Amino acid sequence: MPEPVIRVENLSKRYGDVEAVRGVSFSVNEGEVFGLLGPNGAGKTSTIEILEGLRNADSGTAMVCGYDPATDSDALKHEIGAALQSTALPDKLRVMEALKLFSSFYKRHKQPEELLKRFGLEEKRNAFYSQLSGGQKQRLALAIALINDPKVIFLDEPTAGLDPQVRREIYDIIEELRHDRKTIVLTTHYIEEAERLCDRVAIVDHGKVIKEGTPSQLKQASGDKTRIEVRLTKPETDAALKCLEGVSDCRILNDVYVLHCARPPQAIVALVKYLETQNNELVGLEISTPSLEDVFIELTGRRLRD
Amino acid sequence: MTNLVTLTRMRMRLAMRNKMFFFFSLIMPMVFFFLYSAVFAKSDPNIVAYLLGPVLGLNVMGSFWGLSAALVMFREQGILRRFHVSPVTEVDMLVSSILANYALTLPTVIVELLLARFLFHVPSLGNLFSVWLLVTIGVVSFGSLGLVIASVTNTMQETQVLNQLLWLPLIFLSGATIPFASLSTVVQKIALFLPATYLVHGLKNAIVEAASPGKLLVVIVSLSLWFVLTLFLSSQLFRWEPEAKIGRKAKLYVAATAIPFFLLGLWEAKNGRVIAEEKATIQRLDAADKGKEKSEQHPKPDSTKPDAPSQDHN
Repeated sequence: MPEPVIRVENLSKRYGDVEAVRGVSFSVNEGEVFGLLGPNGAGKTSTIEILEGLRNADSGTAMVCGYDPATDSDALKHEIGAALQSTALPDKLRVMEALKLFSSFYKRHKQPEELLKRFGLEEKRNAFYSQLSGGQKQRLALAIALINDPKVIFLDEPTAGLDPQVRREIYDIIEELRHDRKTIVLTTHYIEEAERLCDRVAIVDHGKVIKEGTPSQLKQASGDKTRIEVRLTKPETDAALKCLEGVSDCRILNDVYVLHCARPPQAIVALVKYLETQNNELVGLEISTPSLEDVFIELTGRRLRD
Repeated sequence: MTNLVTLTRMRMRLAMRNKMFFFFSLIMPMVFFFLYSAVFAKSDPNIVAYLLGPVLGLNVMGSFWGLSAALVMFREQGILRRFHVSPVTEVDMLVSSILANYALTLPTVIVELLLARFLFHVPSLGNLFSVWLLVTIGVVSFGSLGLVIASVTNTMQETQVLNQLLWLPLIFLSGATIPFASLSTVVQKIALFLPATYLVHGLKNAIVEAASPGKLLVVIVSLSLWFVLTLFLSSQLFRWEPEAKIGRKAKLYVAATAIPFFLLGLWEAKNGRVIAEEKATIQRLDAADKGKEKSEQHPKPDSTKPDAPSQDHN
């Protein structure tokens, strides 16, 4: 079994009274896309910044590409690429100049021309950074992250704040990188992103990894049940709905009753009959296949975006 | 080293694309130059030579303003954060901004010297090596002060307030705007604790008295020590992250930058060298001015000869 490219053990980080990372452990193998999935403030960014050598952990150990980020960050930075959250480039820096500038910092680097072409920025080569759209800025950030042909790429919320079309463009780029067998660690709070892009996912909440596995393993572990979300005219108790035929679990999230069902058709029939007896009515009903959102709800009792 | 060169080039390129840079680094110094030379000195070559030191001093001192604002803006916009994840060090970022500022300030200084010599007919620009040395040490040390300001302030607003608080005493007490000899004795003694006083005094001596670097050793050494101290402090207090706020205690480190000139000020206050030299220069200028007026009222027959020695060349 090859040695993992990233190994994290019992990592902790505190900012004053806030314990951002509380004993996080995981490992990432070469060529794997590993996702840290969790709500805002879960400790994902702090974890990734410790691995990039930008912050020091209070305790625990981390090894990335054979380097300890706390002590060998200078050497480590030549081996990694990163697209960070809330970063920018100077407004009056041109796209090509930015690529050339960053390529000059590394011992090993790719040709800026090649990256311009790959990320569809050829027409914008002489444009100032301030003239780029949000999607173009993110594509440039990814191109800069790849300028040193890194062994590991860190992507911190790579599609946050982008519109759905641009988000899909970024997904395509990350999928290409996956085909190139690049090791990628990405943080996200988008379920779709984690399910579509990641080989393995660690669900993070309140600074802890609460579940880890491939997306299908995680869904199976949560019972692989269909989710039925219903809105009612009058309130019901979750205990009553949980007893219906075909329903294995029920939670109330923001006035929405979320039923987890192993047998959805029976559950819907039983629900309608029950509501008739209670003189209650359905306002809305949505059926969705099992997702990592269900796993998160099951583990934390909250939605990812709450 | 490569990082330093490429970052310096980037900083220069960005500055030249910035309209504010042109205004503060080219137009403003030229406005001051013509105001001092044409209006205050009434184009008298002797007085233009005397005021050239303060004009260059203003230009050099302005370095701290631009550098502090640029670094804080880079931090607030998350630009420094992007560089942090690449193999760029704090020293690369700081030294490149000082070098770029130096490379961009020097042409303005050269233009001012050339205009003084050929447009206002200043007979001699003094010891040009001393002028260059003082301008160089002045630009890098005041630039470095700007980097300390950027390091001890958390927001652009705080930076601008601190810049204003420092700028006003620097320009009004150093002799850069109000002649040092016209200040009251108490104010002169306070001014002896300011680095700007020594810079302006040194530049005046280098131009008017053609003082050699050896004669300006105290100024050169104290400004150099100040540069090393401010650069060291700014590298220690440097923050890449916009959310990394500096504590109140760390802000007190800025007081450490006052040490070299606090000691020099104590020594000068006791010794009285700078005050005496400033007084002597003014007296010499007055005497030359009176002599000139006298010769204009009673012209000597041989004074019109083209090879006649002129007092202007002193």
